[in-house]
Amino acid sequence: MPVKIGAPTEIMPGEARVAMTPASAKELQKLGHECLVQSGAGERAGFLDSAYEEAGVEVVKDADALWQQAEIVAKVRPPTEDEADRLREGQLLISFFWPAQNEALMERARDKGASVIAMDMVPRISRAQKMDALSSTANIAGYRAVIEAGSHFGRFFTGQVTAAGKVPPAKVLVVGAGVAGLAAIGTSTSLGAITYAFDVRPEVAEQIESMGAEFVYLDFEEDQQDGSSTGGYAAPSSPEFQEKQLEKFRELAPDIDIVICTALIPGRDAPKLWTKDMVEAMKPGSVIVDLAAERGGNCELTVKDEKVVSENGVTIVGYTDFPSRMSTQASTLYATNIRHLMTDLTPEKDGKVVHDMEDDVIRGSTVVHQKEITYPPPPPKVQAIAAQPKKEKPKELTPEEKRAQEVAAFKAQTRSQVTMLGIGALVILLLGLVAPPSFMQHFIVFVLACFIGFQVIWNVSHSLHTPLMAVTNAISGIIVLGAVLQIGSGNWLVVILGGISVLIATINIVGGFQVTRRMLAMFQKS
Amino acid sequence: MFGQQLVTAASIAASVLFILSLGGLRDQESAKRAVWYGIAGMALAVFFTMFGPGIGGYWLMIPMIAVGAVIGAVVAQRVQMTEMPQLVAALHSFVGLAAVFVGINAEIERLRVAAEMARPASTLNFSAFAAKVAEKTPAEITFLQIEVVLGVFIGAVTFTGSVIAFGKLAGKVDGKPKKLPGGHMLNLGAVIACLLLAILYFTTESGAVSILSLLLIAALAFFVGYHLIMGIGGADMPVVVSMLNSYSGWAAAAIGFTLSNDLLIVTGALVGSSGAILSYIMCKAMNRSFISVILGGFGGSTGPAAEVEGEMVATSTDEVASALDEADSVIIVPGYGMAVAQAQNAVSELTKRLRDKGKEVRFAIHPVAGRLPGHMNVLLAEAKVPYDIVLEMEEINDDFPETDVAIVIGSNDIVNPAAQDDPNSPIAGMPVLEVWKAKQVFVSKRGQGTGYSGIENPLFFKDNTRMLYGDAKKSLDELLTKMS
Repeated sequence: MPVKIGAPTEIMPGEARVAMTPASAKELQKLGHECLVQSGAGERAGFLDSAYEEAGVEVVKDADALWQQAEIVAKVRPPTEDEADRLREGQLLISFFWPAQNEALMERARDKGASVIAMDMVPRISRAQKMDALSSTANIAGYRAVIEAGSHFGRFFTGQVTAAGKVPPAKVLVVGAGVAGLAAIGTSTSLGAITYAFDVRPEVAEQIESMGAEFVYLDFEEDQQDGSSTGGYAAPSSPEFQEKQLEKFRELAPDIDIVICTALIPGRDAPKLWTKDMVEAMKPGSVIVDLAAERGGNCELTVKDEKVVSENGVTIVGYTDFPSRMSTQASTLYATNIRHLMTDLTPEKDGKVVHDMEDDVIRGSTVVHQKEITYPPPPPKVQAIAAQPKKEKPKELTPEEKRAQEVAAFKAQTRSQVTMLGIGALVILLLGLVAPPSFMQHFIVFVLACFIGFQVIWNVSHSLHTPLMAVTNAISGIIVLGAVLQIGSGNWLVVILGGISVLIATINIVGGFQVTRRMLAMFQKS
Repeated sequence: MFGQQLVTAASIAASVLFILSLGGLRDQESAKRAVWYGIAGMALAVFFTMFGPGIGGYWLMIPMIAVGAVIGAVVAQRVQMTEMPQLVAALHSFVGLAAVFVGINAEIERLRVAAEMARPASTLNFSAFAAKVAEKTPAEITFLQIEVVLGVFIGAVTFTGSVIAFGKLAGKVDGKPKKLPGGHMLNLGAVIACLLLAILYFTTESGAVSILSLLLIAALAFFVGYHLIMGIGGADMPVVVSMLNSYSGWAAAAIGFTLSNDLLIVTGALVGSSGAILSYIMCKAMNRSFISVILGGFGGSTGPAAEVEGEMVATSTDEVASALDEADSVIIVPGYGMAVAQAQNAVSELTKRLRDKGKEVRFAIHPVAGRLPGHMNVLLAEAKVPYDIVLEMEEINDDFPETDVAIVIGSNDIVNPAAQDDPNSPIAGMPVLEVWKAKQVFVSKRGQGTGYSGIENPLFFKDNTRMLYGDAKKSLDELLTKMS
């Protein structure tokens, strides 16, 4: 009996997303599940009932029917009280849940005997990235924040020189370089704005620069915090640091046209980073988009869910529904996150759900299971991000030191070369003492040939090393000459051994050259 | 018949031609001409020596040359390019064996000449080599003996070493390192015994004792060659084969001293130094000392290797096809696995299709990829991949960050980031291809196991890496059907 997964219409006003798309439903069916959707659930995200039907999804007419039939309910927003009441024994709910703020809801689900997987609790480890709905949501929010800012901003992002005059590029400051911040940086740079970014975690500087923005450095000596200890999130910083940070922002404020605030610390109110006086220092027409508005905002003047204009003409956007404003994209990504979670829940791809509480990801995201509240989860076995190894900065050398090093290296090289030459000369002299003159004559030839060999071979192209081996193989068959010189001997044993030597050395010569020719003929230029 | 002066003149010409032939290998175009220099040099040398003064035994020599030439030509024509390492090893063994035979012959001739000279009324009518021996002073005879011992010893080590290398490369002998109890002490003992026997050989008056000690030296050297190469694993074969290449040269040079033949000396020295340089380059590419490769196994690591975290994410050919479709630049990193799976033609076809779509496709070759220096280049050339898109490690390593897709086919240790990140890794410090810097990496691999060195490869666990499990040829053929 396959498990039925259903996605109801979101009840929350203004919520346009849906937890299942026709595409994700197809993938879910491959796992052996059956899919249900409430009629009209995907309409506001651009997915019509007919599209679901085409994908093999059963469209049920209302929420009652859906909640009754589905064994697994996939939602976006946390359930309302009504919805929580619909839960029944053995049912599994997958949605954003915010368990820390919604204790009553958790208890209700426990009393009903249902299990709950909170998408916002998926641990931040690399294996779980594909189900990390917070990241995919933040990505959308970051993108949309820039677009939103652009629609309220009266100028171009990119600098242009037109026949009608020169347009300076917009200057954008992104505060907080998490997923949303990085998405905002990417969007803003690709629109052509000069982008600056700030974050309290110095290890993200590289990521910021890789996205094309300039990292705003604070000249501040402090034991740098290690992002890995907080699961990759920012932690509160010291008062001195904050002071320095505000000072920097104050310095930047008059220049900046657009500020995108994304700074959040898990489990706390958003830090106030953009104060009233900074807003006042900005030019009229500037825009602030505050993605932290839900938690009070990074900007002092932010009003949640509203757009306000300050006295000096700065627009401050405090919307909290950015993902919903891009409902098609957001639904697609969220549905994919859910689909990946289901893949982990059905390891055999046979439509049987295995709720494995030993699995780090599933354990971490499950908040209610088998009539028990399982929140908060134990820390995951796998560390979120490898601890940053403390890096010793290589010491900058002064020109004198560099020079001294070079001289020392040169001296050492000279010394080793002279030593080698000395030893070589000594060996040859000793040899000259005992060896007969005829030997020394041949020895000269030998040494010179070695030198020529070294000089010539260093120039051989790496790609021709195999042909080189084949050629040297062929010419080392020159040993045939030795056998030729001996084969006319009077001793029968010498004749036989000489004969065999001639035979195999000839194989070597002919085979070696032939195979080299074959190889070289294959090398073609495009 | 030619006089000695003419033979010498031919030797000079041949030496020059050999040098030009090796020098011509600096690029692909001049190489095609260079091989003819080599052939011409060899023909000159053999022809003039054959018809030089004091040469006899044509009744045997000429048929042997004819038969050898036919066998050589047929083998060279039939051999598959993937079997190149075996062929090269087999040919090395021939040079080694010939050196042993020629050395033993020299000893027999020396004894014969000594016996003839001792007779009062000897008719001094010797063949070419014997005539030379007859003219030698006692000091020269001693040096002759030293040269014979060297030639036989090196030749014998080369012979059995190459036979074992051939067996390992052809899969006829287990590729894993194996040692008899006693390990390298056994080798050392054998070498010391050889030294003692050599002293006996230099000092003895009796002909029977001297020939016997020489044969014993050869036997012990055969053992050393066998045991030495048995102890070296499959992936170190590039070093082994170049080392044997070098030895075969030194053996020829030693024989050249024995026979007072400058052409043999020059050629032997050229080949010897060529092999030595190749071994050096290969060792450098693995960041290991020559000694540690020859003594076998990986050196002791300095601590526990870093734990690898994360998960290998498998992918399908559909995904690879769509990623390739979107990519503008692609770098392919082939390894021994490509040779094993005979996937070079599929790789070539893939390259052609991608290039036809206007994408930039290049190949990155690590110096020790495969089982022979330059092995991958030859395989790709055979599959008609143009050589100007096949690049060396230093040429291409900086381009990975700007590359959309890197495809790793059957290589493992040469793309292991642990060599750079983890100072405790057994391969720490080895130069590697930085494929992980590409935006997306696909790894075609038979299974989840570790590579030859048994080292976990963190590349496979990276977020931008996807694993395509299965036989490389099958995977690529399937991929080709998925590509539009």
